[in-house]
Amino acid sequence: MADSTHTRLSPRCDDPEIVVESTHGWILYLDEVTVSFDGFRALNELSLTIDAGELRCIIGPNGAGKTTMMDVITGKTRPDSGTVFYGDHIDLLKHSEAEIASFGIGRKFQKPTVFINQTVAKNLELAGAKNKHVWPMLIKDRDSEELDRIDDTLRTISLSEQANRLAGVLSHGQKQWLEIGMLLMQDPQLLLVDEPVAGMTHQEIEATTEFLANLAGKRTVVVVEHDMEFVRSIAHKVTVLHEGMVLAEGQMDEVQENSKVIEVYLGE
Amino acid sequence: MVTSIFLNHERGGKALLSVITLGLFVVPFCNLVISPESIFHIPTFTVTLLGKYLCYALLALALDLVWGYVGILSLGHGAFFALGGYAMGMYLMRQIGSRGVYGHPVLPDFMVFLNWDELPWYWYGFNHFWFAVLMVLLVPGFLAFVFGWLAFRSRVSGVYFAIITQALTYALMLAFFRNEMGFGGNNGLTDFKDLLGANLQSDGTRVALFSTSALALVAGYFLCRYIVTSRLGLVLVAIRDAEDRTRFLGYRVDYYKLWIFTLSAIMAGVAGALYVPQVGIINPNEFQPLNSIELVVWVAVGGRGTLYGAALGAGIVNYAKSTFTTLLPEVWLFVLGGLFVLVTVALPKGLAGIVGRIKSLQHG
Repeated sequence: MADSTHTRLSPRCDDPEIVVESTHGWILYLDEVTVSFDGFRALNELSLTIDAGELRCIIGPNGAGKTTMMDVITGKTRPDSGTVFYGDHIDLLKHSEAEIASFGIGRKFQKPTVFINQTVAKNLELAGAKNKHVWPMLIKDRDSEELDRIDDTLRTISLSEQANRLAGVLSHGQKQWLEIGMLLMQDPQLLLVDEPVAGMTHQEIEATTEFLANLAGKRTVVVVEHDMEFVRSIAHKVTVLHEGMVLAEGQMDEVQENSKVIEVYLGE
Repeated sequence: MVTSIFLNHERGGKALLSVITLGLFVVPFCNLVISPESIFHIPTFTVTLLGKYLCYALLALALDLVWGYVGILSLGHGAFFALGGYAMGMYLMRQIGSRGVYGHPVLPDFMVFLNWDELPWYWYGFNHFWFAVLMVLLVPGFLAFVFGWLAFRSRVSGVYFAIITQALTYALMLAFFRNEMGFGGNNGLTDFKDLLGANLQSDGTRVALFSTSALALVAGYFLCRYIVTSRLGLVLVAIRDAEDRTRFLGYRVDYYKLWIFTLSAIMAGVAGALYVPQVGIINPNEFQPLNSIELVVWVAVGGRGTLYGAALGAGIVNYAKSTFTTLLPEVWLFVLGGLFVLVTVALPKGLAGIVGRIKSLQHG
C-alpha cells in the first residue's frame, strides 16, 4: 500500500523540506476529532492545523486532551469520529503506530522513555536503523553511514562521553535529551514533543529551548508544555486546549490577554 | 573464529559449551569402551538420564529466548515440546510394524484394540523419518504462529498471555486424552522398537541419542546467541523494556514477537522429539500445565535473559527432582515451590546472577 507514499516521504531524505507533499501549507490537519472514554469526551470535535515548518506550543490544564491528541496523531488511540491528515494524502487513521513513525512522525513521551538496559549509542542505533523489519535486522549490521549519524547525534545532544554507558544510569535531563536524540535519528518531518523540559535544570531548559527553536523551519515541531516560562521563551504560535477543544490560538501575548484563557488556565 | 564472535565476554556460555563438549567425548567413551566393572564406567541408565537433561536444557533455552529477552511469559511451552514428541512418537510407532502385540502390519496396537480398520489420514507419511522430522518442526511452529498471530495482533500480553498459554496446553492435554483423537489416549505412544533401524534398547543407540541431544543443545545455543547479539536482539530487548517506545520508533512489535515465539516453539518441538526416543513414551501428561510452570522455574532458577543460565537451571532443578523423587517423593513439590519463592525473593537474576555478583566483587 505505502509504496507511493514511501517514495514521496522517503524518511531518509537529506533535504527535509521537500519530503511531505503539503500544497496547502499545512503538514497536519485535524478536523472535528472526537475521542470519548466511557462517555467522557477527552477530545470534543477538535479541529487544528499545523503548518509545515512551524513551531507550535500547545498548552492547557490537566485533562484538556493534549496527550490524547498526540495519541490520535501517532495511531495509539483511534478517534470515534473526525479526520486526521498528514500532508495532502496520508490519512493517519488508516495506519498503525509503526507505519506512522515510518512516515516521519516522531514522538517524545511525557515521561522520558529510553531503553535503560542498552547503551546510549545502541539507543540511537535502534532509533536510526534504516530498515526496521525483522529479517534485515537479523542479518545486517550497522553501516558506516549509520555510525556517522550516531556520532553526530551524540554531539548534538552532548552525550558523546556517555555513548557506551547504559541509558538507565543517565540523569533525568540526560534521558530527556537522549529521547530527543532518538527522535532526531528517526529523521522525522513532524516532531511531537510532550513536556520536553519537565524535571530539567535551568541550563538544560535553555539549551532545549534553543535546540527546538533551531529545529523549526526545517522540521515541524509541536510542543506540549506546562512550563509557561518555557512557552514564552519559544514565543511562537500557541494553541490553548480546554475540555477537548481549542479555546484560543495566536501569539503568546494575544493568548495571554484572552479573557477566556485567563479564566480557565492562566488566571488561576 | 565463530565462537569468538558469539562468545565475547560470555564466560557462562563458554563454560556451558566446554562442559557439553567434554561430555560428548567422555560419556560415550566411559559407557561403550570402559568395562562395566570399572568405577569409571557410566551406566546406560545414566547416559539416558543425561540425554534427558540435555533435552530439558534445550527446552529451557527456547523459553529463555521469549521470556528472558522479549518478556513474553509463556506458560504453555510444554505443549510445543509435547507436540514435537508426539510427531517423533508417531514415527517410532510406525517403525514397530508387525512386531506389535496384535501383529497388525500397519495399525499400531492401540488402534487395533479400538477396532479401527484403517490408519487415520493424519498418520500418513509418518513411516518416513524425513516426514516426521518435518512435522516436528512444522506442527509446533504452525500452532505457535497461529496462536501468536491472534494474541500479539490483539496486543494480549503479560499475565493475560500467560493464562491463555496455560489454557492452550490444558486444552491440548484434554484433547489428547480422548481415544477418538487417534494418539493412543491416556496411554499415549509407547513400546517403541527402533529408530532409523537402530535398536532403541542398545547402548550404542542410547549413546547416539545422547550425543545428538548434546549437539542439538549446542546448535540451539549458537542460534539463540546469534539472534540476541544481532541487531534484532537489540530490538527484542527494547520491546521487553519499553514496548511503546519501540513501536513509536517504527518497529512492528507484533511481527517481532510472532517471529521469535514461533522460532522458540520450533526449538521446543525439537527438544521434545529428542526426548521421546530416550524415555520411550509420550503421553498426554506431557501437556500438563504444571510441566510448563516447572519449565519457568528452571529458567528463573538459572537466571533469565542469559541463555546459559536457562540450560544450567534445567540441569540443576531436574537433577534435584530426580534425587528428591527417589528419596522423598512427597516433598518434591514443596521443594520446587520453595525454590521458586527463594529465587524470586533473594535471587531475581538466578544462579547466573550470583556468578555476575562474584565477578563484580572481584573487580572492586
